[in-house]
Amino acid sequence: MTTVAEVHSGKEALSAEQCLAIHRVMVRARAMEERMIQMSKSGEGYFWIGGPGEEAFNTCLGLHIKKGCGPDYDFLHLHYRNAATLLAMQLPMLDAVRQAALRVTDPHSMGRNFVGHYALRQYNIVPVSSPVETQYAIAPGTAIVQKRHGGDGVTVVVGGDAGSSEGDFATCMIWSTRPGQELPVLMIVMNNQWGISTPMRSQHSERHIVDRGEAFGIPAETVDGNDPIASWHALRRAFQWCRRKRHPFMLEASVSRLHGHSSSSGAVRVRDEPDCIALFEGKLQSAGLLAQDAIDDAWEGAREEAAAAVEQALREPEPAAGDVYRHTYAPSGVDAVYPDDYTGLPE
Amino acid sequence: MATLVQAVRMALHYGETYLGVTDILGEDVGPPLGGVFTATQGLATAWNTPLDERGIIGAAMGIAYAGGRPVAEIQFCDYGFNTIDLLKIAGNQRWAGAGNYELPLVVMTPSGSGIRGSLYHSHSFESWASRLAGWKIVMPSNALDAYGLMLSAILDPNPVLVLLPKALLRVHGEQLIPGEPADQEYLKQLIDAPLGDRSNWQPRWPDLDEYLVPIGQANRVREGTAATVVSYGRTLPLCVQAADALAAAHGLTFDVIDLRSIFPYDWSALSQSVLKTGRVLLVNEDTEVTNFGEHLLRRVIDEHFYELEVRPRVLQGRHLPGIGLHQTYERNSVPQLAHIQATLQALATEEA
Ligand SMILES: Cc1ncc(C[n+]2csc(CCOP(=O)(O)OP(=O)(O)O)c2C)c(N)n1
Repeated sequence: MTTVAEVHSGKEALSAEQCLAIHRVMVRARAMEERMIQMSKSGEGYFWIGGPGEEAFNTCLGLHIKKGCGPDYDFLHLHYRNAATLLAMQLPMLDAVRQAALRVTDPHSMGRNFVGHYALRQYNIVPVSSPVETQYAIAPGTAIVQKRHGGDGVTVVVGGDAGSSEGDFATCMIWSTRPGQELPVLMIVMNNQWGISTPMRSQHSERHIVDRGEAFGIPAETVDGNDPIASWHALRRAFQWCRRKRHPFMLEASVSRLHGHSSSSGAVRVRDEPDCIALFEGKLQSAGLLAQDAIDDAWEGAREEAAAAVEQALREPEPAAGDVYRHTYAPSGVDAVYPDDYTGLPE
Repeated sequence: MATLVQAVRMALHYGETYLGVTDILGEDVGPPLGGVFTATQGLATAWNTPLDERGIIGAAMGIAYAGGRPVAEIQFCDYGFNTIDLLKIAGNQRWAGAGNYELPLVVMTPSGSGIRGSLYHSHSFESWASRLAGWKIVMPSNALDAYGLMLSAILDPNPVLVLLPKALLRVHGEQLIPGEPADQEYLKQLIDAPLGDRSNWQPRWPDLDEYLVPIGQANRVREGTAATVVSYGRTLPLCVQAADALAAAHGLTFDVIDLRSIFPYDWSALSQSVLKTGRVLLVNEDTEVTNFGEHLLRRVIDEHFYELEVRPRVLQGRHLPGIGLHQTYERNSVPQLAHIQATLQALATEEA
């Protein structure tokens, strides 16, 4: 097998090493999601929503994150399809699986929230909440602190195409471009052409969602989110703009939705949308970087990792009745009723 | 003595000077206006936002997530309805997020009737707000409490909603705020922006001290035996007036409890007083279907049914689409002094 130093996509290229690293995360994310879908059907979990079809872009996103806590680092306002981003940030598969398994050990929500609803203060991942698009109203706030603080931390906000109809999307553009107060916000739209059952083209006539940024002077790019090399470079340019210029940037990635909206619609594998992993594997194979047995090994390893994570999570405790009130309030020295945490109605 | 709105302003000044407040944000909150009710005149960290309530709450949440301590103003609570799902998230994020984040966020907003505000400057908000678990909600009825509750709201690491009774914003207090000059004309010269051009104006802040009203602590402002009346905000001083009038005219004395905190409310103060008097009236001006006073009534009935001497009562706003501009509408929509006094008298004199 002849190997190359770089893999090309159009005029862009990425090192072989980087491509293989991206591929590994993509496969791990997919294997994890597929196992979680099983969990939602077998009773090991309850509900599934996630990102099969978004792995190429989301992995590259995770690899671009300046990871840490506080305004020196990037803040993430994610949606519910960002599993690959967290894996790319080297967060353990087990933690995502704990949430899918509704365990009290789930660090994101103690088994309270749907899978993919992350919250991790140590990595500036603010809580993912189900109301679509609210994250775009919140994102300017973290960016205000980052801009004032100095440094090169960026606020990243991610949502879908349908959600961009909400006013919060406009809020984000307006608040990020107040004259003289521009904010380092990277607004990402994951365009899978669907909002549950409603085709985007039945409701939206703008050519690209990010075209709306033009009115605010926000530079924008659209990218094939099924192509990790193109996504990598688009993200590189976007982050560079936000980090250096401290102004917003918009990025729209066209992606697939390979298991439908969620387990509510059956989470059945669709066959008529491109699969970013299969496409990338074809590319890596023809570049001579990845033989079929190496691909098989990657999948087997990822599936084993997912299986082990599920096994581990299922051995861990479930929430108990005594956990119901926990973490409602932070301890307060000025509260006569709840100096520590919530304890039920005032007594 | 300072007015209630001056007290809020002084508390915010204290907050940004000593308690780490980083941002005071809202519509027309920064210079030159300093808030439509003047609550934010002369403050160092006050800034104007786009006319976007969801943006205001969202940005304040983001600032708090990133380590800031924001105080956001919604210009009138009547314009906060489109923020409710963001307020919900602010209240549930810590619980939903397994305690990952604290959200030290203060939202202040003028609430209630009394300034002839017609439909959209007269709404009450506390019954809506009381459904936002994870929030703390306070409502002062006088300047000193406004100062003390605002400082507590700022210090509390959780989201706190400070409802400001619109009708009482310009009412002078009866007690001095620690550090406040006694001469109210002098105070005005120090901290009220002049009318007209104020581009060169700077406030001269008095040397204020910390004064905290703990969240969840009611204040018994009159002591008596005939019955208990519980209120907050605009209707509290009316309850005091009614109680004083009945004491003078009929020798009937009342426990008048200023709840001050809607949530968490001071159940023990309320409960002890009801056990003493066996008679209770709950007064607020929010609409009656479904009203926060009904929750208190439910607890009174659940926990003290057999100690009650007569049926407990609630006086509240009528279930109407709004408060109309003509005074006939307002007077017949929300509790007035005469209603309160008549209800109190009936409560106190009904045969057990
Ligand atoms: C405010 C709000 N309205 C409705 C819903 C129900 N809902 C969940 S996802 C969804 C579609 C979102 O589509 P899009 O933004 O394109 O993201 P996608 O799920 O396709 O990734 C809807 C309507 C919601 N979660 N939040």
